[in-house]
Amino acid sequence: MSAGVAVAQAQTATAQAKVHARLRGVTRVFEGKLSVHALGPLDLDLPRGEFFSVVGPSGCGKSTLMDLIAGLSPPTEGTVTFEDKPVAGEVPDGIGAVFQEDASFPWLTVRDNIAFGLRRAGVDPAETQRRVEYAIGFMGLREFATAYPAQLSGGMRQRVCIARTLVMQPRLILLDEPFGALDQQTRLLMGDELLRLWRETGATVMLITHALDEAAMLSDRVGVMSARPGRFIDVITTGWSRERDSNIVADPAFGVVTARLWSLLRGESLKAIGAKGA
Amino acid sequence: MSRQAAIGWTRVAVIVGSILLIEALCRLKIINPLTLIPPSEMAASLWELIVTGKVTDDIAQTFSTVAIAFVLSVVTGFILGAVIHALPRVRRAVDPLLASYYSIPFFVFYPLLIALFGLNTIPLIVIGFVFATAAMVISTLNGLDRVPRVLSKTTRVLRMSSSSSVLFVTLPAAAPYLFTGLKLALAYSFIGVIAGEFILSGGGLGYSIAYAYNNFDNQTMYALMMFVLVIATVMNGALHVFEQRMLRRRARA
Ligand SMILES: Nc1ncnc2c1ncn2[C@@H]1O[C@H](COP(=O)(O)OP(=O)(O)OP(=O)(O)O)[C@@H](O)[C@H]1O
Ligand SMILES: [Mg+2]
Repeated sequence: MSAGVAVAQAQTATAQAKVHARLRGVTRVFEGKLSVHALGPLDLDLPRGEFFSVVGPSGCGKSTLMDLIAGLSPPTEGTVTFEDKPVAGEVPDGIGAVFQEDASFPWLTVRDNIAFGLRRAGVDPAETQRRVEYAIGFMGLREFATAYPAQLSGGMRQRVCIARTLVMQPRLILLDEPFGALDQQTRLLMGDELLRLWRETGATVMLITHALDEAAMLSDRVGVMSARPGRFIDVITTGWSRERDSNIVADPAFGVVTARLWSLLRGESLKAIGAKGA
Repeated sequence: MSRQAAIGWTRVAVIVGSILLIEALCRLKIINPLTLIPPSEMAASLWELIVTGKVTDDIAQTFSTVAIAFVLSVVTGFILGAVIHALPRVRRAVDPLLASYYSIPFFVFYPLLIALFGLNTIPLIVIGFVFATAAMVISTLNGLDRVPRVLSKTTRVLRMSSSSSVLFVTLPAAAPYLFTGLKLALAYSFIGVIAGEFILSGGGLGYSIAYAYNNFDNQTMYALMMFVLVIATVMNGALHVFEQRMLRRRARA
């Protein structure tokens, strides 16, 4: 009897240990003249090493969700935990974030932008250089290493920000529409790079995107959010192998997943743009 | 780049052309020599004043006063700006005051300053400081307002201390605006100090110009005016070149 309880507890413990980030009953209300209920209540478990995507209509609270997980803003209600520790007041060690807006530093070259975090953290110069040069190559920025962000396109600036995040070797990578400024073809190729990176590092990835095919192609699971206040109306498991790449778009199952995402989102997107009788 | 150079040369041509025109008008007596002496004579007389050391003390006094007023106004203006920026309610209260600041004719208070501090350089420092500080406050606020929020989010994700995020992100991000503040503060301390010397003082370039004027000494008066103009232009030009270099790097293509 008592042995059975112990086994059950051990199982719960391992199940919990596998959860990398956990949200319970989380809501976010922005107080102001008009208080805005942006998000929730919602629950979410991100298992360690998962590639999770979030899709949802514009303004539904996706970026807000990312801020909450990163500890950049506090939930109005509920709790956020990362690696079994509550997230409160500051960004926990081990989280990297690439924001929707351009966050490159215009006064630094591409190389210095990418090295910035490592230098501030006091990582030894040889190691910094090794990681930075690797990231520059990885992100296809070799030719532009000594350029300033002003000389780059929006998509390339976003790649600088991704590289700046990756060199910190985060265990949880949050990406908010990082490929928003890219054309479809480059987007697919960057998706392949992202998958490669995800496999190499074993990091947990949460990707916010408005491209349903991108979510379908890259993810283990896709969370579909409702119009504001955002909640998960469904979480779809794709069932792809870990070794997937952009060729999956030719797989009939890919069409099925994408179609499912669209059927879930259509009504919510109509609500978000204010159409009636959806 | 060649377009830049062309603009630069046009500017030089305009300045040289104006000087030559004035020179010609004076030489042809179209302008009365009692009103304005030819620029070449101003330069000669200035050279004379400098090599004989007659104006060394005045120059030293003016420049040291300007330097003190400038440094004080930049430091104070920056700190005040940062504090006001951090306190939105104070901000709302002082914003209109700052906006109308330069409509106040501060020089009417100059005699009061002399009564308070005596006829020395302190009233000059005060007037230069008072004149320049608001420009630095306004520029600091402007700069801090324009630091994108996403940059401060980035410093938090990188787990930087607040002092290092100010030093390595906020300041460089606001630098172009802070630099504008420096430029204005320098110009305003210069104007404040020289104007004060003009009104009432025992030395300095402004005082010497006024003194020469009262004694019908056109040679000295114009020489010193030329000196002040040249110095102001050179200082501003140097800052401008530096500023352009910084901005060009950041300009979004
Ligand atoms: N700091 C804030 N203060 C007040 N309201 C906010 C704030 N940030 C976000 N909101 C509001 O919260 C809601 C969700 O915003 P959020 O940026 O999370 O949406 P999103 O899903 O990321 O949208 P998009 O797809 O356009 O990026 C919006 O209605 C927005 O106006
Ligand atoms: Mg967003």
